[in-house]
Amino acid sequence: MASMSEIPRADFRLSMLIYDTRYRSITIQVLFLLAFLALMAWLVDNTIQNFAALGKNFSYNYLGSRAGYDINQMLVQYSNDSTHGRALLIGLLNTLFLGFISCILATLIGVTVGILRLSRNWIVARLMTVYVEGFRNVPVVLWIVLVNAIVSISAPEPKAFRGEDPSASMILFDSVAITNRGVYVPEPLFSRSLGNIDVGIFLISVDLLAIIAVIAASIWGYRRIQAKATVVQNATGTRPVTLWMSLAVLILPLVALLLATGFHLGYPELKGFNFVGGTQARTSLIAMWLALSIYSATYIAEIVRGGILAISRGQTEAAYALGLRPGQTTSLVVLPQAMRVMIPPMISQYLSITKNTSLGIAVGYMDLKSTLGGITMNQTGRELESMLLMMAIYLTISLIISFVMNLYNRSIKLKER
Amino acid sequence: MTETSSFYVRSEMIAQQKPPMSQVGAVRWMRENLFSSPLNTFLTLASIYVVYFIVTLIGPWLMRSVWDANSLQECRQIAGAKYGEGVEGACFALIRERWNQLLFGFYPRDLYWRPVLAFVLMLVALAPVLFSGLPRKMLWFSTVYPAVGFWLLWGGSIWLPISIVAGLAATGYIAMVLAARSGLLIGTLVAVAAFILIFFAPLRELFQSAMETILPFAITKMQSDDLGGFMLSLTIGISGIVFSLPIGILLALGRQSDMPLVKIICVGFIEIIRGVPLITLLFTASLLLNYFLPPGTNFDIILRVIIMVTLFAAAYMAEVVRGGLAALPRGQYEAADALGLTYWQAQQHIIMPQALKVSIPNIVSNFIGLFKDTTLVIFIGLLDPLALVSAIRADTAWSGTYWEPIMFVGTLFFIVCFSMSRYSMYLEKKLKTDHR
Amino acid sequence: MAETAKRAKMEISDEVAIDIRQMNKWYGTFHVLRDINMTVNRGERIVICGPSGSGKSTLIRCINRLEEHQQGKIVVDGTELTSDLKNIDKVRSEVGMVFQHFNLFPHLTILENLTLAPIWVRKTPKREAEEVAMHFLGKVKIPEQAHKYPGQLSGGQQQRVAIARSLCMKPRIMLFDEPTSALDPEMIKEVLDTMIQLAEEGMTMICVTHEMGFAQAVANRVIFMDQGQIVEQNEPKEFFNNPKSDRTKLFLSQILGH
Repeated sequence: MASMSEIPRADFRLSMLIYDTRYRSITIQVLFLLAFLALMAWLVDNTIQNFAALGKNFSYNYLGSRAGYDINQMLVQYSNDSTHGRALLIGLLNTLFLGFISCILATLIGVTVGILRLSRNWIVARLMTVYVEGFRNVPVVLWIVLVNAIVSISAPEPKAFRGEDPSASMILFDSVAITNRGVYVPEPLFSRSLGNIDVGIFLISVDLLAIIAVIAASIWGYRRIQAKATVVQNATGTRPVTLWMSLAVLILPLVALLLATGFHLGYPELKGFNFVGGTQARTSLIAMWLALSIYSATYIAEIVRGGILAISRGQTEAAYALGLRPGQTTSLVVLPQAMRVMIPPMISQYLSITKNTSLGIAVGYMDLKSTLGGITMNQTGRELESMLLMMAIYLTISLIISFVMNLYNRSIKLKER
Repeated sequence: MTETSSFYVRSEMIAQQKPPMSQVGAVRWMRENLFSSPLNTFLTLASIYVVYFIVTLIGPWLMRSVWDANSLQECRQIAGAKYGEGVEGACFALIRERWNQLLFGFYPRDLYWRPVLAFVLMLVALAPVLFSGLPRKMLWFSTVYPAVGFWLLWGGSIWLPISIVAGLAATGYIAMVLAARSGLLIGTLVAVAAFILIFFAPLRELFQSAMETILPFAITKMQSDDLGGFMLSLTIGISGIVFSLPIGILLALGRQSDMPLVKIICVGFIEIIRGVPLITLLFTASLLLNYFLPPGTNFDIILRVIIMVTLFAAAYMAEVVRGGLAALPRGQYEAADALGLTYWQAQQHIIMPQALKVSIPNIVSNFIGLFKDTTLVIFIGLLDPLALVSAIRADTAWSGTYWEPIMFVGTLFFIVCFSMSRYSMYLEKKLKTDHR
Repeated sequence: MAETAKRAKMEISDEVAIDIRQMNKWYGTFHVLRDINMTVNRGERIVICGPSGSGKSTLIRCINRLEEHQQGKIVVDGTELTSDLKNIDKVRSEVGMVFQHFNLFPHLTILENLTLAPIWVRKTPKREAEEVAMHFLGKVKIPEQAHKYPGQLSGGQQQRVAIARSLCMKPRIMLFDEPTSALDPEMIKEVLDTMIQLAEEGMTMICVTHEMGFAQAVANRVIFMDQGQIVEQNEPKEFFNNPKSDRTKLFLSQILGH
């Protein structure tokens, strides 16, 4: 609100800068800004001087030069002839991939544990309490180191799978091999592949795109069926059984596509001293994934438990009194309200999982921190540039995640009104 | 209905009776708690299996532990002799021999009394803060404790911490006098800052060197490489905790401010810090700080780490405090205004006590997080407990041990963090009952 | 009659306590207070009433600058309310305010609630501040509650504590912002009794309330506000028995109609 008092303002005194509410805040802000700018100028000036003294210049040209090191876990093509910029990209993708799968597993474990901890089953609730308290009170680095040790020490070497009477065997119908070099799982192959498209930086499999498109279409179809069922329910009062139709819509198109492209699994096979074929998930990835998930799941469990507990007993009782069954009460009354309480802390938990992926350095997982902020930085000696770039990237990821999740949060809130 | 049928009077009262058999005892408890439905029964059996699995996995290994040996080799021999060839047991002899390293790093053995004394004094300093029943005068010791702790751990001349404390006390006194006389907080702050920069720093050095010649008193000076182990984690963690709270409060107030410039700068700081992993900030402390400071400055790496950890924790603390502030009804601000309290008086007496109380659980969980995060200093080459575990394993006598030292370190962290979270629960309960 | 005897005691001096001239205020583009002119002499007891949203609370919150006015002039006790912080501080320590929702500080005991402002704003020694506080607690008839927390008191008791808290600053003017609206019916009387007692002692009071009994008993002037303006003001007797404006008649019929 603009101050428009008709107070005589002819006699401006210097003390008004401090005692007059109109000027006071401006005075403070100007002082604050000056102090801030002075600090920044001092830091920048120091940096320039230090750079000059070392004979360095500030430049990101090194991102275009040859990296010359190998990365053992990659989602898109990379070789040691690629540039540092590409190494950065590999690291970024590895960071995002690890963050993504960890968020999913942590959510699955966390939600289960959170609900079980509220169970009236004494032994289950106690066990879950022990798990939550035990894991969240010990640093995550320790879990990463420990899980890594378990995975790499306890798992057999590939050669243990050899011979007439092997000491180790593959699990799940000979499709998955757990070794100390990583876990080998079947890879999806397409005998009538649709090929790849080059989007400039990397290739994208058209098969994958087709599968995603078909799944999206199926889900859209499923929603249409459900919406139609709701219309019928609204009109007649009874909900038509849509189970078979839904299953058909969800499954048949995908099966058709897989058949058309000649989908089959490439199983890992033991050739010589190592496994060939299939997809290898390095020990470091597995260790990071499991450690981050079981650690973060304890926090998610507490969020879920807190969210459910935050819904007052009165809500449940009111729903029972209206004749809703427990399942309906949960899905129609408790969950929609609990979600609202749970989403904001979940956002920060997902953010913290993503940031914790940077601990991959402990087990040699080649994420952003280990590529750009590790080998690249050490090789080129560009500490300032690399660190600033890395922080900017992490900041961008964080901001994007919180932006997207906040959008979702808002949509949930709107539905309530 | 006749008149009489609605009339009834009880002539004798029924005494309390026992419930039917199925309603009491272990049978009922088990039926209700463990086997109330098929799903529940399944969960119970699964849980029992999990417990059984873990116990049979770790139990025998723990039971066959060896405490008295000089190397892993010896451990294995002893276990083999006792329980049969090839049977493995825990080799806690490692802990027995190296516990001091895990706790103190490479601090000289004959000087262990210093960190121990510092730790005990820290408990004394914390006591009046944690338990309101103790005499308030003890808080004076709490305020000077940071200097005491610093001197005990790093050693050196006693006049360095004394001159700093004396200088700060003098500055604080001047600030209070100025503020009381003029009531101008900002002006006072500027004056005090100028005083520290222009007058205090040279005067302090002069005072220190003068006193050192008059009354020299110093204990062995330690380098930061000497500090390690759990002691290092505690030092970094507790410094971060102590310094991050006030900075966090200021940041939260800045973020709530109706002055746009102050707000933007505070929000920017908070969001940038919260958006990047702590590990990048630690690398900044170890690699980049030298670029940002005047050429030739080179100060202690642990101090640099403490500064970064403090800034990191402060950003998170600011968000927690902001949550507490948001929970306060507007009427509290209005009542304070109507009584004529100034902004800072209202903050000190009305707003902060309530906002902080509301946020206690979150503040403590922030503290726990911060303390656990101190393990990340391993990545910039400081000797935290995990780094020492690797160092011990590098020793040929103990190479091959994995679980024992990690278990030991994990247990220590668990004890500290778990007791912090229990304390927060105690505090929450206590503060709640204060009012009812 | 006793009634008139009491009234005679409540003398009104010629000295002006509050002077409001051509005051206007907007919330954004919404014109909440329009051309308010009002003079309150020392010792006057004024009741402001009117439908909700008529700006009556905003008006008295302008008097101690919890709200800022944008045009016109407010002079309280000879001090003009401008953007000068010193003036604002001066006015606030001279003017006591009682809120609808009490706004006691829940983390402080009753005694601490009462002594906080005297100690920190008035710089009174603690012992003295506590004596004053006990005096006023005695006056609102709850000295035995001094060491309890606000949450342990009933609504009526809390509001009496809030009145005592304001009195501890020895204000020359008291503002009441719907002091009984948040109370259970059986507690309204104890608060009103305290306010009547205060009026009898000659306190200058401006009271936003719908307690018409209170208005008739102690007020020497009733102001009726609607749509941000003063519609009618009169002595209570005339106001209630012979309202002039149609709006006033409608309002009175609504609140007294049953």
